[in-house]
Amino acid sequence: MGDAADIMSEAARAAADAVLDRWQRDPHALVQVLRETQAIMHWLSRPLLAHIAAALGLTRAQVEGVAGFYRFFHTRPVGRTRLLFSDNITDRMLGSEALLAQLCARLGVAPGEVDAQGRFSVDRCSCTGLCDQGPALLVNHHQVITRLDATRVDALANLLLADTPVEQWPAAWFTVVDGVQRADVLLSGLAADAPTLPAVLAQSPQALLDEVAQSGLRGRGGAGFPTARKWQACRDAAGDLRVVVCNADEGEPGTFKDRVLLAFHADAVFDGMTVAARAVGAQQGFLYLRGEYRYLLPQLEGVLARRRAQGLLGRDACGVAGFGFDIAIHLGAGAYVCGEESALIESLEGKRGTPRIRPPFPVQAGYLGRPTVVNNVETFCAVAHIARRGGAWWAGIGTAQSTGTKIHSVSGDCARPGLYEYPLGTPIAQILDDCGARDVQAVQVGGPSGTCVPAADFGHTIAFEDVPSAGAFMVFDRTRDLFEVARHFARFFAHESCGLCTPCRVGTELVVRRLDKLAHARGAGSASAFDIERLHDLDTVLHSGTHCGLGASACNPLRDTMRHFGAAYAQRATAPQFQPDVDLDAELSAARRVTGRTDAGAHLHTDTPA
Amino acid sequence: MSGVDPTFDLDGQPVALQPGDTILTAAARAGLDIPHLCWSEEVSGSASCRLCTVLADGRPVAACVTPAVAGQKVDCRTASLATQRLRLLQMLFVEGNHFCPGCEKSGNCVLQVQAERAGMTDLNFEVLNPERPVDASHPDVLFEPNRCILCQLCVRASDEIDGKRVFAIGGHGIATRLLIDSPSGRLGDSALSVDDRSAHICPVGALLPKRVGFAVPIGQRRFDTEDTRG
Amino acid sequence: MNAPPASTPPRKLRVATVSLAGCFGCHMSLLDIDERLFDLVERIEFDRSPLTDIKTVGEVEQCDIGLVEGGLCNAENVEVLRAFRARCTVLVAVGACAITGGLPALRNHLDVGDILQSVYGRVPDDPELPLPLNRVLPIHEVVHIDHALPGCPPPADAFWQLLQDLMAGRTPVPAPGLIRYD
Repeated sequence: MGDAADIMSEAARAAADAVLDRWQRDPHALVQVLRETQAIMHWLSRPLLAHIAAALGLTRAQVEGVAGFYRFFHTRPVGRTRLLFSDNITDRMLGSEALLAQLCARLGVAPGEVDAQGRFSVDRCSCTGLCDQGPALLVNHHQVITRLDATRVDALANLLLADTPVEQWPAAWFTVVDGVQRADVLLSGLAADAPTLPAVLAQSPQALLDEVAQSGLRGRGGAGFPTARKWQACRDAAGDLRVVVCNADEGEPGTFKDRVLLAFHADAVFDGMTVAARAVGAQQGFLYLRGEYRYLLPQLEGVLARRRAQGLLGRDACGVAGFGFDIAIHLGAGAYVCGEESALIESLEGKRGTPRIRPPFPVQAGYLGRPTVVNNVETFCAVAHIARRGGAWWAGIGTAQSTGTKIHSVSGDCARPGLYEYPLGTPIAQILDDCGARDVQAVQVGGPSGTCVPAADFGHTIAFEDVPSAGAFMVFDRTRDLFEVARHFARFFAHESCGLCTPCRVGTELVVRRLDKLAHARGAGSASAFDIERLHDLDTVLHSGTHCGLGASACNPLRDTMRHFGAAYAQRATAPQFQPDVDLDAELSAARRVTGRTDAGAHLHTDTPA
Repeated sequence: MSGVDPTFDLDGQPVALQPGDTILTAAARAGLDIPHLCWSEEVSGSASCRLCTVLADGRPVAACVTPAVAGQKVDCRTASLATQRLRLLQMLFVEGNHFCPGCEKSGNCVLQVQAERAGMTDLNFEVLNPERPVDASHPDVLFEPNRCILCQLCVRASDEIDGKRVFAIGGHGIATRLLIDSPSGRLGDSALSVDDRSAHICPVGALLPKRVGFAVPIGQRRFDTEDTRG
Repeated sequence: MNAPPASTPPRKLRVATVSLAGCFGCHMSLLDIDERLFDLVERIEFDRSPLTDIKTVGEVEQCDIGLVEGGLCNAENVEVLRAFRARCTVLVAVGACAITGGLPALRNHLDVGDILQSVYGRVPDDPELPLPLNRVLPIHEVVHIDHALPGCPPPADAFWQLLQDLMAGRTPVPAPGLIRYD
């Protein structure tokens, strides 16, 4: 050691101290402190982490553990400009890999590497929620560039090579459009003559809760838990302080509805949070905004500042005497698992985003042990409408068990990607028709952790009692290889596993390796029925007891595609014998190198001949 | 039914439960073994290894952290759970570099005995062969990360019993690893003492007091039996 | 008057054994079944094995059982293992090295090219010599294994039980106490 990386510069110390002061040296703000310090210093060296640890009263190892958990924190040097290509399957279908290769070739770096002059580094990241306008990339975990093409990438390479500051890049590149294709109540926004929030909050907390109960609203984040029951449990839990958290960690690949709701209907979301706070008796609110949506932060902070000025937040909020409630925004740092509510709370507390052991549930003991309600952006948005128009009105939309509307983030093979809002109970076939999808083979409903629906099932509806959805709707036409789709999702889950429990930590990696073998990207270059059997084995293990939903759903794409598209697997597993898991000829490379041998005996057949 | 202790059903046997019991603690008090690795009564649970997975009214849960509920039907000794345990153990074996014949912990190792009891004869999966350098920097305690199963017992013992916070968990996914709190990241520069509980709580041979390996002859080790050492 | 049909003794099972990257300790443990060896040779016939000095597996006829000790450290090990798989109906991984790579696999974190260079200086390049693999591999990563007998070495009783089970046409399930890894 003892190299430059071990010595912290005065600039780094000053940068960290300024950030630490802004967060009042609160250890629970660790994730925010690391994010903001890195934004100045580009990466987080060990001495810098030690300095932050000392300032927060944490150990070095604790802080290193947090820094090493989030994909957006760099504990090794990176370029001054950092580009991350969004790597959802939909980005790939739009050609992201070729564009990444093009950029890397122009810049003379490999993915994951830093330019020799430290100017830039290029890599991939999980879905950035811009599937309707991809391929997309993240710049410095801050801005996003949409609609990449060869021309844009070429121009980008020129700017990077010239070390042009990001502020001088063409503004048009950073345009994010709202892409609403079909608006129902939520995407239409609150009516101009809708009752004001103070008028709504004039009702008693119990009356607010009763309206939500009557509406039959269920959480929009995926699990579909009845919102009113969650609120009631929080209200009934012991404790003086309560917390309302809006889960805007929209990490499920293929989902981008929350991005649009936050960009265009932030007031409705904050209204919903305020209603929830009044109903459960909370004083503190958080919006947990995924790091990928950092570009929305100034605008959202602006909305919160205006609401404070309007008296909608703060002491005696909305004119309700004794109702003090405010909302702070915390940013994530690239960790899908933080969409799980207890992992999200850990992250809010400045820790690794590891899902908690439950019970206790967040409604009993959440943020700092306080009873905490965590709801999805869309859920709060719905609450804003329900509180004004009544539970009965919402319950009249959709089906008996699945009330109201649902927003679908439509992407993939269709003419008109974007947001489509329908009453729950709408058939998949209708959504496909409306978005101009032709010759469709399958739809991934609800993202990788959801359901892969084959064409035969397009008559099914999106509803909790039929095909539930957290909002993603990725369309694959007949030209797509569903095996490769499943393999892509397997990589995603392995990348995003928190590493706590054995089946998810090891199992997701083993699934990737086995699928790579079937894809001829590993091992013998061929596969057999033994490999399929091993995949079924792994699927069973991951579906039979993981710590959280990430592990439990990590094999959903595998299970669904093996069931519905078995031929895609069978055609890759045609060898009559077991085939090696390793490339045997490659295993002789070191010995060939030092012996210089090229004779037949210096090689091995990697595949087992029939 | 006042006067009658509440019970739940474990594999057909009634198990009495007391307030605060988990399925595992209640079963242990009744003398019923639910296989486990990462749980210890000395520290809080991490629920990480999942070996103690049981079916509580049909739902898979970790027995070590799941409250026992009166009247519940809990299955542990089923064929599918036996296979699940076997697969989890095989996963732990291929994840690290476990070489029992050369390990000082052999015969005293919980991972080893659980695998033996689960009937593990092979690894089933490909070995991952991770690169994990040994840390022998501490004068009295060896850190052999190749054997670490990320059970977090040392982390919790250091936090909760020793009050030293010597260990933490770092990384994520398959790259998750044990971190040591010291300027160099090595054990020798940490506050760990061989007298700390965390130096002894490791269920495998990842953290070992030095100079006591192989001191106990084969046949007298913790898990040796008549069967194994005839 | 026809003579009663001569009772033909049951066909002997043909067993091949080999030590790849192993120490022959597993073979020693097989011999530790002691006087039961007399029973055994009544019922089996050895094919290729260190005990017979036959050089090619299954050349005369297909073997019923192949016992493979040791992992794979070089190209020749791979070829021999493949021949065993092709010529043995039931293939058994025997011992820690066959199952996990074992002691020889402790070199896996080193570059085998660097090892050769530091040991030999000028590395022998005779085509007769098998090249070492970058990593020592457990055998189940290269061929399908039907059964495994863990231990370093597996107890003699474990060999005996396995062979008895196979001779009786049963799926071998090691008795408690016969599974161990050291």
